[in-house]
Amino acid sequence: MTNVIERLGAWAVTRVGEMGRMLLFLLSAFAWLARPPLRFHQIMKQIHFIGYRSTFVVVLTAGFTGMVLALQGYYSLRKFGSEGLLGSAVALSMIRELGPVLAALMVTARAGSAMTAEIGIMRITEQIDALDTMAINPMQYLIAPKLVAALIGVPLLVAIFDVVGIYGGSLVGVDLLGVSEGAYWNSVQSAVEWKDVYGGILKSVSFGLIISWVCCYKGFYTRQSAEGLGSATTEAVVLSSVLILVGDYILTSLLL
Amino acid sequence: MIKLVGVEKKLGGQPVLQGVDLSIPVGKLTTIIGGSGSGKSVLLKHMIRLMQPDRGEVWVGDVEISRLSGTPLNDVRKRFAMLFQGAALFDSLSVFENVAFPLREKLRMKGPEVGRRVEEKLQEVGLEGMGHKFPAELSGGMRKRAGLARALVMEPEIILFDEPTTGLDPLMAKSIHDLIVKMHRRFGFTAIMVSHEIPEIFGISDWVAMLRKGKIVLMATAAEFQRTTDPEIQEFISVGGTVALPGSLVG
Repeated sequence: MTNVIERLGAWAVTRVGEMGRMLLFLLSAFAWLARPPLRFHQIMKQIHFIGYRSTFVVVLTAGFTGMVLALQGYYSLRKFGSEGLLGSAVALSMIRELGPVLAALMVTARAGSAMTAEIGIMRITEQIDALDTMAINPMQYLIAPKLVAALIGVPLLVAIFDVVGIYGGSLVGVDLLGVSEGAYWNSVQSAVEWKDVYGGILKSVSFGLIISWVCCYKGFYTRQSAEGLGSATTEAVVLSSVLILVGDYILTSLLL
Repeated sequence: MIKLVGVEKKLGGQPVLQGVDLSIPVGKLTTIIGGSGSGKSVLLKHMIRLMQPDRGEVWVGDVEISRLSGTPLNDVRKRFAMLFQGAALFDSLSVFENVAFPLREKLRMKGPEVGRRVEEKLQEVGLEGMGHKFPAELSGGMRKRAGLARALVMEPEIILFDEPTTGLDPLMAKSIHDLIVKMHRRFGFTAIMVSHEIPEIFGISDWVAMLRKGKIVLMATAAEFQRTTDPEIQEFISVGGTVALPGSLVG
């Protein structure tokens, strides 16, 4: 029994220590971000990597999500003779929930895992130490630009996700299932309010922060082996995804 | 210039350095030898504060760096360059961009001056015309040369070499040693090298120090080192044989 309590205590101490290190890591990245020089080129490069290069997978996911949402929504709404509300159902689901969450999960899978692997390989091959020896702070050169890029890139991807998803819903609802085009777009227009869009933006910024923070941290403190790098990448993706879903619940309950 | 006083370090609970006292002579090539896992690279990393000692002091000139951070640490590091075991070139940059990196990032240098200095260093290490290649396209020896060019480009006072010939064939290892000696003679920096290459290091080093059981057990000129009567040191260096002294820089 004492053994179990001891192990539980050790586990809790390790976790609390890890959380503290993660917080210090984030604060350090923001502190270095505020110091000159502003690495504009690095930030643009990362926006290209996180944002532009994730566009295809986000558009693909958004299109099919909107389409399946329209399909499911149509059969539910038809029971009550409310097919005309399909547009609002698709748009609100997309803007308030599915857009930020699914886009963030796709970015985690595509860009987040790559971020962890890239930083982890740099750690293992001593490239991060090389930056230190050149008196270039890795937090400023490597981490801060990724953080900024995710804070800009993820909300833009979420916006694309929302628009493509609503169009995907229209494709199925209007063109395949015969809902009136006017009714679909009118219900989108009348149902979506500024606070929905605002909530979506807030979520996407928060998720961008979670992805870059967790994935950079896991890469930066990778253990010095191929196995360690594999574990770090898996942990980064799993932890980011879990935090996105938990964060989504907390933000939704605060915004409602 | 560099002085370690009573440096102790544990890694994963295991003592690696157990009170290292060492003074590195200015402008000389000092080689640290020792068995595998004896902590040579750990010792080297303490000199540039990539690692922090659990106890003891590390002095660079008149600055004690073991508890230093931020700008004061960066000011000390500007005096250093380091050639890592695997060269630690940035994968995503070409050889030219790797060598230009410290000039652009630290000195904020731009334009033709960057090109001139990079080409000059690439030529000195025998990599002229290879600037467009990426690290993945280079052989082990070429990567070390590119790493050396990057280390030299800022014209540092001190260069640390972490096993610069690991993984190279004997001919390539000799050419890297020759290059280090040539550059050391030409630029006069203080060189500290960690190496396994016995007996070759006796032919190129001014001073040799041996790390055993977490302590420096002997530091002497290359010639004196080979004449030591300590049976354990003799056993260690005799595995690789000895090298004739005429090739030595000593004297």
